Amino acid sequence: MTDTLLLIPVRSNKQGTSLNVGKLEPEYQQVTSTVELDPQDMERLGLEAGNQIRLRARSGAEVVVTCQPRKAKDPSPGLMFIPYGPASSQLMEADTAATGMALSKHLEVQVEGPL
Amino acid sequence: MSENTTIVENATCTFCGCVCDDMELTVDLDEKRITKARNACVLGRAWFLEHRHQERPAALIDGREVSVEEAIEEAAQTLVKARFPIIYGLSDTTCEAQRQAVALADFLDGNIDTTTSVCHGPSGIAFQGVGESTATLGEVKNRADLLIYWGGNPAEAHPRHFTRYAVTPKGMFVPNGKKDRTVVLVDVRATPSTPVADIFIKVRPGRDFEVLWALRALVRGKPVDPGIEEVTGVPLATLEDLVERMKNCNFGVLFFGMGLTMTRGRHFNSGALLSLATDLNEFTHFVAKPVRGHGNVTGADNVVSWQTGYPFGVNFNRGYPRFNPGEFTTVDVLARGEADAACIISSDPASNFPRAAIEHLKRIPVITFDPKPTVTSELAHVAFTTATYGINVTGTAYRMDDVPIMLRPAFESPYPSDEELLRAITDRVRELRNG
Repeated sequence: MTDTLLLIPVRSNKQGTSLNVGKLEPEYQQVTSTVELDPQDMERLGLEAGNQIRLRARSGAEVVVTCQPRKAKDPSPGLMFIPYGPASSQLMEADTAATGMALSKHLEVQVEGPL
Repeated sequence: MSENTTIVENATCTFCGCVCDDMELTVDLDEKRITKARNACVLGRAWFLEHRHQERPAALIDGREVSVEEAIEEAAQTLVKARFPIIYGLSDTTCEAQRQAVALADFLDGNIDTTTSVCHGPSGIAFQGVGESTATLGEVKNRADLLIYWGGNPAEAHPRHFTRYAVTPKGMFVPNGKKDRTVVLVDVRATPSTPVADIFIKVRPGRDFEVLWALRALVRGKPVDPGIEEVTGVPLATLEDLVERMKNCNFGVLFFGMGLTMTRGRHFNSGALLSLATDLNEFTHFVAKPVRGHGNVTGADNVVSWQTGYPFGVNFNRGYPRFNPGEFTTVDVLARGEADAACIISSDPASNFPRAAIEHLKRIPVITFDPKPTVTSELAHVAFTTATYGINVTGTAYRMDDVPIMLRPAFESPYPSDEELLRAITDRVRELRNG
């Protein structure tokens, strides 16, 4: 099933600690390629924790990541959160609107899965 | 662990912009590693304890081990041959190395930019537009009775910000610590930081500017349409309550993160927040500070500003410094395919940049300086393994509130420092260009 959701890359403790182990190490790779979705969105898309999904940006860039339900009291339908890293960077567009800063926290992406 | 240990007191953690300088490190001198980091947060512990001696060559050219001298020569030749060499990174090294990097860019007639351009660069643009009402974290600790965190998650990105600098510490005019302060968190989602807040305001993604502008109107006594809730997700009554708290506090602080700078609106968002702080000074004392990420990204802003007059995105092509975000910032220079050589210091743009920029980085000769292998060092033409600032190298780092702090290294590294390498490359570049 496919749908368009808003991807917001974020910081996390695990991302911070794993990058000290090494950015080429499996732990960092795993942390930065795991996206959290609202449980309602996961149910609607027929996704289960640990499923592989494809995220496709409007530019055509795409990555395959693992999905997990977001464990939080506040619902966040339509939003996905992923620790910053190689996967989220692949989906950013290079246009900085004359600021130097690529739009990094407001990425409309098409979600396809489970793969 | 061997018995040959030593204690380093008042060491400084340079992992994040808090630059906490109260570390007590236990160092195993035989194994050359830190076994205990008292006072460190979860990120600081990883920073110190995961720093181990690595069996890596000090220098590589196209993956082949070479002497440091050979690599310096190749790096200098590569940069001198380039028509548009760029220098980038610099937020995880000392001010002394940053100063050398600016000199190198100057002698090359090249381009210099720091990770600020993809962090609080938009705030830097806003500072120039509307100014900054500022304070040190010491003033915040001793005086602030209203703390507003906007678009940030300190519990995960700066774990000691709450406990050492802003929320829980007891201060001169807030003797009961957190009991004397009100903490407000504004974000698009609840985070591990939310439980610290007395008030959590959840904003619809991409609507920070509208909320900030509505607050400005309310501070000035202008009416705001209740329909603001439909647009932003925040009820008007919540905004009115916040405005009353802001106008009636003794010392208010707006700490803002990349939730403002990395989303739609960028420098307009930061500018709106800085303007709100300015407006509030008609009523009380109010300051605004960006919460900075890397350990010495604030130093990079300071050093590049001292040396060139501008904080980031500086170009020397015409023989004098020019500043133009969007033109001389690294994502743009790479994505447009303009740079023909890159010198990357303690940064990993091949992981963190948009795809078009990374693709160009793969096409040009890259020189990297990093204590550990990264995606960028993997594609480098010349890769230096460097000593780590704050752990192996002394020098200066700037805390996020622009306070400079000296670094106390724990043990020596077999690898050269960024400063030593940059000085050697700069000297050779001068010889080549003059010869």
